[in-house]
Amino acid sequence: MPGVNDPAVCRELAAALAREVSSPVRFMEVCGTHTTSVARHGLKSLFPPALGLVSGPGCPVCVTSPGQVQAVLDAAKRSGVILATFGDLVRVPGPQGSLEQARAKGADVRVVYSPTNALDLARNHPDKTAVFAGIGFETTAPAVALTLLQAKDEGIDNFLVLCLHKRIIPALKALADHPEARVDGFLLPGHVSVVLGAEAYEQADLGLPGVVAGFGAGDILLGLLLLARQANRGERRVENAYPRTVRTRGNTRAKEAMDRVFEPADAQWRGLGILRRSGLALREEFSGLDAEKRLGLTVPSLDEPPGCSCGRVLVGAMAPNQCALFETVCTPSSPVGPCMVSSEGACAAWALHHPLNPRKGHP
Amino acid sequence: MISSTGTKGFVRLEHGAGGLAGWELFSELILPALDNPALAEQGDAAVVEAGGLRLAFTTDTFVVSPLFFPGGDAGCLAVNGTVNDLAMCGAQPLCLSAGLVMEEGLSLDVLERVLSSMGRAARNAGTCVVTGDTKVVQKGAADRLFVNTSGIGVVAKNADLSPAGAKPGDRLLVSGPLGEHGAAVLAAREGLEIGGGLSSDTAALNGLVQALLDSACRIHALRDPTRGGLAAAINEIAWRSGAAVRIFESAVPVSPAVAGTCEILGIDPLVLASEGRMAMFVHGQDGEKALEVMKGHALGRDAAIIGRVEQGPPGRVVLETAVGGERLLPMPSGHPLPRIC
Repeated sequence: MPGVNDPAVCRELAAALAREVSSPVRFMEVCGTHTTSVARHGLKSLFPPALGLVSGPGCPVCVTSPGQVQAVLDAAKRSGVILATFGDLVRVPGPQGSLEQARAKGADVRVVYSPTNALDLARNHPDKTAVFAGIGFETTAPAVALTLLQAKDEGIDNFLVLCLHKRIIPALKALADHPEARVDGFLLPGHVSVVLGAEAYEQADLGLPGVVAGFGAGDILLGLLLLARQANRGERRVENAYPRTVRTRGNTRAKEAMDRVFEPADAQWRGLGILRRSGLALREEFSGLDAEKRLGLTVPSLDEPPGCSCGRVLVGAMAPNQCALFETVCTPSSPVGPCMVSSEGACAAWALHHPLNPRKGHP
Repeated sequence: MISSTGTKGFVRLEHGAGGLAGWELFSELILPALDNPALAEQGDAAVVEAGGLRLAFTTDTFVVSPLFFPGGDAGCLAVNGTVNDLAMCGAQPLCLSAGLVMEEGLSLDVLERVLSSMGRAARNAGTCVVTGDTKVVQKGAADRLFVNTSGIGVVAKNADLSPAGAKPGDRLLVSGPLGEHGAAVLAAREGLEIGGGLSSDTAALNGLVQALLDSACRIHALRDPTRGGLAAAINEIAWRSGAAVRIFESAVPVSPAVAGTCEILGIDPLVLASEGRMAMFVHGQDGEKALEVMKGHALGRDAAIIGRVEQGPPGRVVLETAVGGERLLPMPSGHPLPRIC
């Protein structure tokens, strides 16, 4: 069986896509891994000119608001705290600098690949408090939930979570009606869908075509082809083009773990502002492990860095190369906004895997 | 631009990652302070003339963690790294020096193993460590053991190599699968268990370079893709040479184990370090012949022609992706993978 990156398969899919797209149409991917894969494979060079694919709020670091970044920094600066986080977050600049800069000045900031590594830090350093910055969607949230359940089981009380997790579906609903996003359909995120199941989008009734897609070049081209077909036929269905991994019902164990630990709460999004019930907060039962409560942290309301357009890039209102800072003062080695920090961010994906002949802006 | 990178007077890990930030550190702080023509040349080694000979001189410091990793250790890495820096200028090593910074409490057994490995690697490369220095610092002031090696070599008479030497029509070759050292060290450090086995490619390339020079292939530029990987090595040569380079992703050799590790860690194999591979720009008519010479050598069995110098904007590196797309392959930046060498 040819793989998802088979050149012959991709050529055929690209040709079919070109036949299907005859008038301007604009889709949005809402998963950082899709953003990266499109860029890495140079897929946009294979798109028909009338097809636009814009990046939505799919990169966990990018949607974390400036105030939330500040709260993480505040936690890292507390004495006796080991701040553990996924790698990308350490480089996001805030008004008082980044975690990386805090580390250079003596804060104990550790990059971990799993929340269980943070729990190990708590076990190995009983005299310290290990704080895990929980960011990301329903992809990372289940592992954090399971780690919290384990910490509670073992009675570990020097492990805290600063819970900044987000739910993708409220963001999709906000974008479906967003006047500047102007999208005709969503390439739905493969990883989140493994947890939530394809049915979650049907239940949410997005009002636009949606296709769950995998991460290979062929997966993405197929997803776009199905979206284009729906758009041409005026359909608004949810299709699962990633059935080898995504089930209709999702991962019930992961969903149960999230339900036990988290409850929906209003949350700040970079670019989208506060969305109702779009975040995950720790349930009362877990308040003893809630960094916000235990350390008395607050999430301030802060503006974007001056000149930074990440908020508009994240809703598809602007392409990275339309931002005045893009590759002038904002580069992967000296990022101004989070979309240039995270390798999954739209600006970094563009800068690290530059399209060859980019159009100025999205169609 | 050091001042605008948000460093505010601090060195960041990224300054050591072999990409753009390190280049800025060199060009804006180091070069102005120590300015001279040999340093400004920015080769893997400096080439200076003495007594009618062209001498290559280089130094490298190794802070790899862990000290022992599949396929090698800090000792052989330190010798091979310096021998390779000389070899990339077309030089055979004359002799090496070694400086050891040891943390109080380092086990003498560990030290002995690293030193034996250095000795073996030097003998394999046909050279030896003729002088050195030891320093001990108190616990916490270093991490176990840091090794510096310097080397002097004699540049072959027929070698005309320069990082600015790539020319239109040149073929681009690599001597084997890329990224194996970087992947092996990262996996060892992260405790990743990956089937198929990852092993560092650390090796001395001076023999392979000699075979190529003896073949009379018209070699224009050599680079060992260490920190920053192939992406950094090719961008540097393209930029210095004013050449436009096209790389065919499907032709770039990457082992399944490295590809798998990259998938898991979210890293592009083209930015991962190799420590026993080289990239070579050779005259367009000599590409196939050079490939045969490489394949005839133990360290070049899996060599491949992966690209060419084409018409286009100077300094541009285009990657034709395996699925038929096109994009630029920029200088790596913003992704520090600390302490892999």
